[in-house]
Amino acid sequence: MVLLSLAWKSLRNRLLTTSLTVLSIGLSMALLLGVENVRVGARESFANTISQTDLIVGARGGSLQLLLYSVFRIGQATNNVSYESYLHWKNHPAVSWTIPYSLGDSHRGFRVVGTTEDFYQHLRFRRDRQIQFAAGRSPKDVFDLVLGADVAQSLGYKLGEKVVISHGIAAGRGIADNDHKDKPFTVTGILAKTSTPVDRSLYIQLEGITAVHIDWADGAPPMPGEETPAAKITKENMKVEQITSFLLRCKTRMATLQLQREINTYPEEPMQAIIPGVTLQELWRTIGYAEDALQVVTIFVILVGLLGMLVSLYTSLNERRREMAILRAIGAGPGKIIALLVLESGLLSLAGCLLGVVMIYGLSVIFQPIVEQQFGLYVPVQPPTATGWIYLGSVVVAGLLIGFVPAWKAYRNALADGLSVRV
Amino acid sequence: MSAPAIALRDVRFSYRSGPEILDIPELTIARGERVFLFGPSGSGKTTLLGILAGILTGFTGSVEVLGRDVSKMSGSERDAFRGTHLGYIFQLFNLIPYLTVEENITLPGRLHPARAKNIAEARAVAKRLGIEHLLGRAVTQLSVGQQQRVAAARALLGAPELLIADEPTSSLDFDHRERFLELLFENCALSNSTLLFVSHDRSLATKFDRQLSLLDFNRAHRTEAAV
Repeated sequence: MVLLSLAWKSLRNRLLTTSLTVLSIGLSMALLLGVENVRVGARESFANTISQTDLIVGARGGSLQLLLYSVFRIGQATNNVSYESYLHWKNHPAVSWTIPYSLGDSHRGFRVVGTTEDFYQHLRFRRDRQIQFAAGRSPKDVFDLVLGADVAQSLGYKLGEKVVISHGIAAGRGIADNDHKDKPFTVTGILAKTSTPVDRSLYIQLEGITAVHIDWADGAPPMPGEETPAAKITKENMKVEQITSFLLRCKTRMATLQLQREINTYPEEPMQAIIPGVTLQELWRTIGYAEDALQVVTIFVILVGLLGMLVSLYTSLNERRREMAILRAIGAGPGKIIALLVLESGLLSLAGCLLGVVMIYGLSVIFQPIVEQQFGLYVPVQPPTATGWIYLGSVVVAGLLIGFVPAWKAYRNALADGLSVRV
Repeated sequence: MSAPAIALRDVRFSYRSGPEILDIPELTIARGERVFLFGPSGSGKTTLLGILAGILTGFTGSVEVLGRDVSKMSGSERDAFRGTHLGYIFQLFNLIPYLTVEENITLPGRLHPARAKNIAEARAVAKRLGIEHLLGRAVTQLSVGQQQRVAAARALLGAPELLIADEPTSSLDFDHRERFLELLFENCALSNSTLLFVSHDRSLATKFDRQLSLLDFNRAHRTEAAV
C-alpha cells in the first residue's frame, strides 16, 4: 500500500511525462479496441445482411455465386428458375414465405430487381429490421418503381419521376440501344436506408420485368416499330415465365435441412438451395484476412505505446538515483525499489487502458450514426468484447512486465550507489 | 550493560579487486555516545557508514551494530534492521521530492511499522525540531536549513538506537549549523540515541563526547601513505 501510494505520487509529480505516456497508451488502446469493434461490427453487419431467411434458392451453380447475386447484387445468374417451380416451393407445406427475385436489368449502374409485395412484407435484416418507406408506397402497377435509399440519394430522383431501365447490367450508362425506353417506369416509393445492399437497387414488380422484355427474342431488342405499346400492357395480361432466385423461410427451423435436400434433388428442374449463414461465413473467411492485417498493425501500435512508456521510465531513473538512495537509507530493500517501478509502469498502463476504453466509448457514441450512414457499417456501442478484455488484460500485464526493465536498472543503481549518490 | 552501539574487529574491505579501503583492527562506540568522526575525503568514511548501515557487504571481520552481527543477516533482514533501528541523515537532498514534509517524515514508519506507531509521533518530532508549521508543505518549497531539519525529524522518528549523520551541516551557514547541532543533541538525548556524526569541519568537534579520526584507526591508508 505504501509503495502504491509512493508510485502514484511519483507519477503525479512527473505530470507531463505521465500524462503523455498515458495518452499514448490510451490512444493505441483506443485504436486497438476500435479496430476490434469495427471488426465485430463488420462481421455482424455482414452476417446480418439478411436475416430470418432459411434458404436461398436458384438454378444449380456455384453456391457463392447464388449468394452474391441474390443478396449482394454482385455478378449474375447463369440460369433462371421457372415460375412453375417457384410456385411449387412457394406453396410447399413446410414453407412460411418466399421472396422472388428477377434480376438482369439495370439503371445507370444500379441493379433493377423484379420482386413482389412479399419483399416489402417479409425481408428482414440486422435480426428483425424490416423494409421501411422513406416516401411513397410499394409498386402496385406494372410500371411502378421503388428506389433504394442510395439510388435515390445519388441520382436525386423524386416521386413521380420517369425512369428508363436498361437491359443487362453494364456499369455506368449502359448501352443506349438496350434501353427499354419505350416503357418508362414511374417512381412510386423511396425506401429508407437499411445499410445493406438493398439500398443500391431499384425495385419493380415481376410483371414489370416481363413487360419490358415482352417483344425481345433471343436476347435482342425488338425492331423499331414492332414494340407492344406500353398502354396495352396491364398487370393482368403479363405472364411471369421465370425468375432468377428466391429467398425462403421455413415454418420451423427443423424443416430447413429436409427442405434443402428436397430442393437439391427436385426432379423437375436442376435447382439448388443454400443456407445463407453458412455461405456468408465461407465468404467472410475469404475476405476476412484484411481484418487480421489490421489487427497486426494495431498490435504494433500498442507495442510502440508501451515502448514509449519504457523509455520515459528508463530515462527518469538517472534523476531518481537520489530518491532510490533515500529509500534505501530508510530501510526499503531492493525488492521494494523494483516493486515501486513495476507498480509505476503498471499504473501507467492501467490508466492508459482506462483512457482507451473511455475514448473509444465516447468516439463510438459520437461517430456511430455517421459511420452507419456513410459506410453502411453498424458498429455496436458496447462494453469491451471478450477479445477486448483480453487485449486490456494483456496490455496491463505487458506494462507490468516492461516495468521490470527500468526496475532492474534501478536495482542495479541502488546496489552500486548504496547511500552515496554524488549529486 | 547492553552491547555497545557499534563494535568492529579486524574489518577489511575493498571494492571488487581494487585497493583496500578499510582495515580497522578495532572500533567500539558505546550506547548513548555522541561521536564526531572526521577524515579527509577518500579516507573511507562513506564506505564505513555503508557497512554500518548494512548496505555494503563483502567485508571480512566482525561488524556488530546494536549487538547484532551484520554479516549474519540476510539482505532483507539488514533492510528491516536499518529501517527499524537506524536513522540516517545525508549531507543534502534528503527528501523525496514528490512527498510532503509530513509524508517524508512518516515514510520510515510506513515502510517498517515497528518503527513508529502513529502520526502523532511524527508531529511531536517535528515540533521538537521547530518545523511543525511546515508539515503540509511540499519539500521543494523549503530552504536548505529547513530541509535538513525535516531530514533530522525523519531520522529521529521512532527514537532509533543509532543515528548516523553524514556531513549534515556542511551546506548550512554558521548560525543554522549551531542551531541544528543543538536540536540534534537535544533529541538524541531525549530518545537515548547514539550519534555518529561525520564531518570534516573540525570546529564542531569539541561539542561531542569523543572525536575519532578515521586515519587513526583505519590502517589501510597508513600503509598506502607509507608506500
